[in-house]
Amino acid sequence: MAKESPAKPFYSVLILALVCSMLVAGAAVGLRPRQETNRKFDQKKNILRAAGLYHGQGGQAEVEKLFQAVETKIIRLSDGSVVKPAEIEPATFNQLKAAFNPETGRALTKEEDQAGLGRRENYSLVYLVKKNDRLDKVILPVRGKGLWSTMYGYVALANDLATINGITFYQHGETPGLGGEIENETWQAGWAGKKIHNLQGEPVLRVVKGKSSGEESRYQIDGISGATLTMNGVSNMMSFWFGDHGFKPFLERYKNRGDLDG
Amino acid sequence: MAESKKELLTRAIFQRNPIALLVLGICSALAVTGSMSTALVMSVCLTLVVACSSLTISLVRNQIPTTVRIGIQITVIATLVILVDQILKAFFYDLAKQLSIYVGLIITNCIVMGRAEGFAMSNPPGKAFVDGIGNGLGYGFIMLTVAFFRELLGSGSLFGHRLLNLTANGGWYEANGLMLLPASAFFIIALIIWLLRTLQPAQQEKD
Repeated sequence: MAKESPAKPFYSVLILALVCSMLVAGAAVGLRPRQETNRKFDQKKNILRAAGLYHGQGGQAEVEKLFQAVETKIIRLSDGSVVKPAEIEPATFNQLKAAFNPETGRALTKEEDQAGLGRRENYSLVYLVKKNDRLDKVILPVRGKGLWSTMYGYVALANDLATINGITFYQHGETPGLGGEIENETWQAGWAGKKIHNLQGEPVLRVVKGKSSGEESRYQIDGISGATLTMNGVSNMMSFWFGDHGFKPFLERYKNRGDLDG
Repeated sequence: MAESKKELLTRAIFQRNPIALLVLGICSALAVTGSMSTALVMSVCLTLVVACSSLTISLVRNQIPTTVRIGIQITVIATLVILVDQILKAFFYDLAKQLSIYVGLIITNCIVMGRAEGFAMSNPPGKAFVDGIGNGLGYGFIMLTVAFFRELLGSGSLFGHRLLNLTANGGWYEANGLMLLPASAFFIIALIIWLLRTLQPAQQEKD
């Protein structure tokens, strides 16, 4: 090998950095629309799964068809009222970005921030499933810190707005096989029929260690062994999103109305 | 050493397996061997990355200044890994979701670096490419073997198909919780190394 000039390392690294960054940027920009479609499709699939309308069969067309039965609305989290599409368009509303926009989100104080979110948006998407023109299910997006990651999921409520109908988690980075078992459908099935609030209206739904039992079991979910910290995260997530700073005002407002108008 | 391309391809599977003999790339072998499908995708991704990075580095090996060669190798590898990750997200979204962080970890997989530094820097592109494929296959062989035992004994299934009926679902097989934990891969890898070194005493280290 010929003797290297002292400048050579500098320009070889520069050229390499340029080529590599162009490749990476090109791939990221070029593939983004496809990735975005995939992500949206996956979310729809999970909304349907939480509502018990989709069981893992059928491709994109099937999901799109099923999703037509779902009505997307935006609500104000502070008082639970529905925001008109003219004000915020549900199709383009990005809830996660809204939390970080000073106009549409706010910082949570330490006491409020049970789910470890830092900031919360002022508006939330809700998904309604109707049957014979009456509200049948409501699906709410939830998220919260687990052991390693923020876990994102959907909770479906029955039309009394007090009973869990189903739950899914569509994105998380918990330990595979342990905390990652929040994706396990057998475990998720154990959520159906559980009550969120106690008679005093407090969000008492919790994941407990081992099996739920006794008087309180209507508010308790069986824990996954080896995943205590993830389970704590799930519990905190529930108490935040069904508490005063989450969906409680919305649920109270529309409880037993059978509809979301007015 | 002048080996034919065929030898380069096959020797990395048994004689010079990167995991069993060189004990490289252990961390991902622990992380993604909980199920066969993730292990398979990870192996395919790693094979692609190691083959392409060896090829690229071998192509420009005479231009790489020795003082910054490690940095250059890592940059090439990182670029390839990001490309693989982006492609997975665009075309195999469900798998990408399961693998997410582990694909990124290919960058730090010592096998890729090891082949780039140890082979591609001093061999022509064709050979380097075949060597990369061979090492990817050797890695994949161990990954799939470990995943076979871990998924079968830990979850009672293979590639997600239920084979043993778990007690959790009312069956007879009590899932082995240890097998779900990454540490179990250590035991299985150790057993594989034992087996390989018994069959091929040349691999045994001298005291």
